[in-house]
Amino acid sequence: MAMRALDIAAGVRSGELSARHVLDDHLATIDGREREIHAFNSVLTDRARDAADDIDRRVAAGEDPGPLAGVPIALKDNLCTRGVDTTCSSRILEGWRPPYDATVVQHLAASGAVIIGKTNLDEFAMGSSTENSAFGPTRNPRDLSRVPGGSSGGSAAAVAAGFASLALGSDTGGSIRQPAALCGVVGVKPTYGLVSRYGLVAFASSLDQIGPFAATVGDAAALLEVIAGHDPLDSTSIPEHVAPISPHLDDGVAGLRVGVVRELLGEGIAPDVAARTREAADALAGAGARVDEATVPAAVYGLSAYYLIAPAEASSNLARFDGVRYGLRIDAPTTTEMMIATRTQGFGAEVKRRIMLGTYALSAGYYDAYYGKAQRVRTLICRDFAGAYERFDVLLAPTSPTTAFPLGDKTADPLTMYLNDVCTIPSNLSGDPAMSVPFGSGDDGLPVGVQVLAPALAEPTMFRVAAALESLAPV
Amino acid sequence: MAERITRDAVAHVARLARLELTDDDLDMFTDQLAKVLGHAADVESLDVADVPPTSHPYPLRNVLRPDVIGPTLDRAEVLAAAPEVEDNRFKVPPILGDAP
Repeated sequence: MAMRALDIAAGVRSGELSARHVLDDHLATIDGREREIHAFNSVLTDRARDAADDIDRRVAAGEDPGPLAGVPIALKDNLCTRGVDTTCSSRILEGWRPPYDATVVQHLAASGAVIIGKTNLDEFAMGSSTENSAFGPTRNPRDLSRVPGGSSGGSAAAVAAGFASLALGSDTGGSIRQPAALCGVVGVKPTYGLVSRYGLVAFASSLDQIGPFAATVGDAAALLEVIAGHDPLDSTSIPEHVAPISPHLDDGVAGLRVGVVRELLGEGIAPDVAARTREAADALAGAGARVDEATVPAAVYGLSAYYLIAPAEASSNLARFDGVRYGLRIDAPTTTEMMIATRTQGFGAEVKRRIMLGTYALSAGYYDAYYGKAQRVRTLICRDFAGAYERFDVLLAPTSPTTAFPLGDKTADPLTMYLNDVCTIPSNLSGDPAMSVPFGSGDDGLPVGVQVLAPALAEPTMFRVAAALESLAPV
Repeated sequence: MAERITRDAVAHVARLARLELTDDDLDMFTDQLAKVLGHAADVESLDVADVPPTSHPYPLRNVLRPDVIGPTLDRAEVLAAAPEVEDNRFKVPPILGDAP
């Protein structure tokens, strides 16, 4: 496991550590294991060395480069980086270099973080295992025969393998939290609108949210504080500021009301994962929290609503990949034939499946039965969460129904793969924050993640509970 | 809820989405989409007729910016990413005379 990000930043800012040495240590770790893990689509060695040297020069000149000075960070390869390949792990964007930086990338630069590489993902963030990448799968650093989860599997694996102290991913239906759980690291989906989506290649715009991966809860909090904030370039960015998170991490959970979501501990959840979740609740009770059973009845319909809403939005968002302005073009005699050839060769099977599912759900005659109904179910889920949060400060649930599964296990049947997201999807539909914290292991010895869910903008409370779980987790 | 999705319907949405499918693709996608839509039928029992739809987690407000020119993308940099360019414009094959 890599050094803690906050320790690196403290050392670099005080001049005790060299950002360049920290970077070279991480590059050496990458050299040692990247061949077998494949966390990265690209490792930005030269660019990162220039950035690290610049940090060291600024410290020597008496400047403070920022709260993440010299911390190596990996970026999911669907975040735009100016002049640097941004592929979304798709043939259709292979070789594309964006003409601008995502807002989060600008925040990272201002914080002194050093971007070490762009990580592998399921193509356009559609998947739960990182096996849908056009550039080959990522493997779980804890067990190379297992998937790292997805779609941000490369980012989760990079942190778990010590390739980077921090990483950013995107979470549309669990794509940060589920791989974090499967790789044994911390993963956070912030409140919708808290982090700007400007420069995140869109999958499902009403659900997508960028968030941190880290080895510790404290590091994840520090990264979220750097990337959060209103952005006029994202019309869904919320004007509210997030309250400070880091100062309250050690405030404990005494008196906090914690609800264990009944509907997310039933059928389909592996017994070992359910047991760790109940043990996490017991541990919080032992630390003074008031723990009880919570009910979010409509949560069981989340999967159905999500797999109509997300593909519908995706079918619209991915219409822009047509071979005209950027990315792949397959030549053909007419524009329409060129677009068809480009999209047919450029997109992988899962992306095509979701585009067609979404096109169908939106098409004349089916709109009301599918997309319209799914949006009404989404309202029910929002209402049920609101009801639960009248009684509880936070909710507790598993992150993933199982520990990491073997590569190839679920690729034949899309529905089996989609069922991985059953515990994470409800928070995307409601827009509320949720995070996964490692809590013990399954019967196979692989990491289990427990999920802390909170109402909108209650990140400070959510992180307090996560920090408590981190300190209470079985070793 | 609607009836099982047909092979013809899948071929139709593929055309709408500008995707070309082989016969094998069509069989596979028809089967897979039917399975996913079949699972989604579990909401059939819910009476949501009086429930308003949610398109977005928070109420969207219209956002206006001051009518001032800010930084814009560099034209040469944008065009450099295009597959084909002529006279500072994106170039495409003929658009007339086709109707696949």
